[in-house]
Amino acid sequence: MTRTPLRPLARILRARETGEDPNHIEQENLRLRRQELRDTGRVRAELRLLVLALLFMSGFVLLSARMGLLAATEPVALRVGLVEGISDSRSDITDRNGRVLATNLATHALYAETRRMVDPQRAARELGRIFPEMDADRLAARFTDPDRSFVWVRTRLSPEQKQAVHDIGEPGLLFGPRKMRVYPNGRVGAHILGGARFGEQGVRAAELLGVAGAELYFEDRLRDPARADQPLRLSVDLPLQATITEVLTGGVSVLNARGASAVLMDAQTGEVLSLVSLPDFDPNDRPAPLTEGEPADSPLFNRAVQGYYELGSVMKAFTVAQALEEGEVTPDTIIDTRGPLRWGRFTINDFRDYGNEMSVTSVMVKSSNIGTARMAQNIGAERQQEFLRRFGLLDRMYIELSEAQRARPLLPDPWSELSAMTISYGHGMTTSPLALAAGYAALVNGGRLVTPTLLRQNSVPDGAQVISPQTSAQMRQILHSVVYEGTASFARIPGYPVGGKTGSADKPDVNGGYKEDAVLATFASVFPSDDPKYVLVVTLDEAVDTTGPEPRRTAGWTAVPMAGEIIRRVAPLLGLRPVALQEVEARLQADSRVP
Amino acid sequence: MRSLLYLLTALAVIGLASWAYRENHLTQQAMNTRAALEREIARLEEEISMQRVEWAYLNRPDRLRALVDVNFDALQLVPLTADHFGEIDEIAYPAPEARFEIGQGVVVLGELEQLTGDLPATSEEDQP
Repeated sequence: MTRTPLRPLARILRARETGEDPNHIEQENLRLRRQELRDTGRVRAELRLLVLALLFMSGFVLLSARMGLLAATEPVALRVGLVEGISDSRSDITDRNGRVLATNLATHALYAETRRMVDPQRAARELGRIFPEMDADRLAARFTDPDRSFVWVRTRLSPEQKQAVHDIGEPGLLFGPRKMRVYPNGRVGAHILGGARFGEQGVRAAELLGVAGAELYFEDRLRDPARADQPLRLSVDLPLQATITEVLTGGVSVLNARGASAVLMDAQTGEVLSLVSLPDFDPNDRPAPLTEGEPADSPLFNRAVQGYYELGSVMKAFTVAQALEEGEVTPDTIIDTRGPLRWGRFTINDFRDYGNEMSVTSVMVKSSNIGTARMAQNIGAERQQEFLRRFGLLDRMYIELSEAQRARPLLPDPWSELSAMTISYGHGMTTSPLALAAGYAALVNGGRLVTPTLLRQNSVPDGAQVISPQTSAQMRQILHSVVYEGTASFARIPGYPVGGKTGSADKPDVNGGYKEDAVLATFASVFPSDDPKYVLVVTLDEAVDTTGPEPRRTAGWTAVPMAGEIIRRVAPLLGLRPVALQEVEARLQADSRVP
Repeated sequence: MRSLLYLLTALAVIGLASWAYRENHLTQQAMNTRAALEREIARLEEEISMQRVEWAYLNRPDRLRALVDVNFDALQLVPLTADHFGEIDEIAYPAPEARFEIGQGVVVLGELEQLTGDLPATSEEDQP
C-alpha cells in the first residue's frame, strides 16, 4: 500500500505561492487518513459481528433442530438392544391366523465363578443331586482347577431347578439371563420350523440361531432388530397341520409304513397350508443327525421337500395334459394299448391287461403305462422335457426352507426316447411331493403356474400360463373320473367331490434295479373337483394293507384311504360347504366341453 | 439508564441459569423414570411372553384333543364333517309358546313421578 504523504511537496509549493497556510493541507490529509482507518476498522468489526452472529445462529438452529427432533420422535417401546455386543432378539413365528408356532421364553443359564466359591466340593455334589445327568466328580474337578476361574454349568434352567440351585447357597454359582426358543405345539410342524440353538454366549445374553427349516431360512428376518416385535406369519394353518399329522400318524402305524408325507396347498396362491413328514421330531429337543445309515431314514429328513422320489403313475397326469394341450389327443381319442410294449430289449407292462385299446380318459382311470408311453412316444423326448421344465419339475423346487436348497431332482442323461416313455408314467426321473403338489395346482387351477410358499399371501400372485384353461378343465374332468370310476374309489368323500391320481412306484434298490414288495404309494388329489381350491399330496413309504387275504401295496389301498380321511376331516375346517355330486359333475361336463 | 440495563441483564442471566438448572434436574428425573418404566415394560413383556407361551402350550392341538377324548361323556365333541352342515330350512321356526311371558308384572325402581308419557306396556295383550 502506498502511503500518501501528509505534506505533498507540489501542493505545499502551490499553496505557498497562493499565500495559503500549508498546515491546512497537512491537517486535511491527516483527517482523510484517520477517516480511512476508521472506515476499514468499522468494516472489520462489522464482519466480526456478522461471523459471531452466524455462529450463534447456527448454534441455536442446531439446538432448536435437536429439540424439534426430540419432540417429534414417536415414543418407542423398549427395544431389547445389544447386551455385551450380543443381540438375543428373535421374533416369533405364527401360523396364518396368528397362533404361536415359535416364541421366546426367558430362562437362566448357570455358571460358576470359581474364585468366589466357598465350598466347591459341596456345590458339585449338590448340583449332581439336582441334575442327575451330571457327573459330580467331573464338576468338582473343574471347579477346583486352578487354571479356571469361570465354568459354564448349564445352558438352560427351569424355574424349579433355578430355585434348587439357589437353595445350595453357594455365592460362586451365578445365573445369566437367557432367552430360549420354545415350540409350544411340540412335534406339530416340526419340519417347517426346524429348530434353534444358542450361538455366541455371554454372561448376560446369548444369541439364538436357527438350525433348519424356516428358522434357518428366515434367519436375517427373524433377527432383524427393527422387526423384532412383528411376528413372522407363515401360510401354515395350525389346526389343519395338527389334524393331518394325527391322521397320517395313525395311518403309518396301521399300514406299517416306514414313513409318510402330506402337502396341502392352496391351488391358486401356492400357499402351503400344511406340510407333514413322518417320522417327525420335537423341535424343542432336536435329535442329532444320523451318523450312519441313510440320512433319509432320520426323523430330521423332510420327505415332502428333500425327498425326491420316482413317484410313478401320478406323473401320468402331466403326459396326458401335454398330449391334450398340444392337440395330439382329446379325452375321447382311442389309444392303442396292446401289451407288452417292446422298446429295444425293454418291455413295458400294465398292472393288468386292459384290452387292445382305450380312450385317453380310460388310460388315466385304469392307469395304463402302455397308453401313456405311447402318448410320450408321439410327443417325443425334447418336447416332453420342455413341458416338464415349464412346470418347474426339472429344477430345484423353491420353498422357504433351508433344506429345499440342497435337494434337486434326478434326471436321465441323455433324455432318450426310452426315458421319455418311462418318465411318462413316473419312472426315470425324481420329483418331490411338494413339486408334485405345485404341478397339480397348475394343472387344475386354469393352467397358471404356482410357486409354493410358506409365507401368507394377501393376493393371488401372477403365475405364468403353462397350459390353457381348456386343457385344465379337461384335466379336472379326467382326475374326477379317476376317483369316481377308477383306482381311487376310497377318496369318494360324501359332500366333497375329489379328483386325483394314484401312483404306486416300485422303490429303486441300492444295488440297481427295483425292489420287490417295496412300493412308494402316492395320491395326488384336488378338491372340490369342479373348481379345485386345494391340492393334497399324500405319500406313504412301504405301506402295506394287511386287512385282505393277501397284502395290498398299491396306492388305491394305502395312500388313497389316507388322503380320503384327511379330506373328510380337513375340508369342513377349510370352510368348504358340502355339495352334491350331480351338481359337480354337471359343472365339470359343462367346463370341459370343447367350445 | 445503562446501570438499569446491566441490572436487568444480570437478573436475566441468574433467572436463566436457575431455569436451566431446574430443567437439568427435571430431565434427569425424567430419564430415571424412563429407565424405571423401561425396566417395568421389559418385565411385563417378559411376563406377557410367558403367558403367551403358556396359552399356546395349553391350547396345543394334542392337549385339546386329549381333553376332548377324556371329556367325551360331558362334551360329546366329534370332528367336524360334511354331515354337520345343514340347510337353513332345516332349522324349525321358533314356536310361539317359546315366547317370554311376564306373569307377576314388572318391578320398577325409581320414582314414578319422573316417568312421563306412556308407561312401557307388557306383552300380555299380545298373547294369543
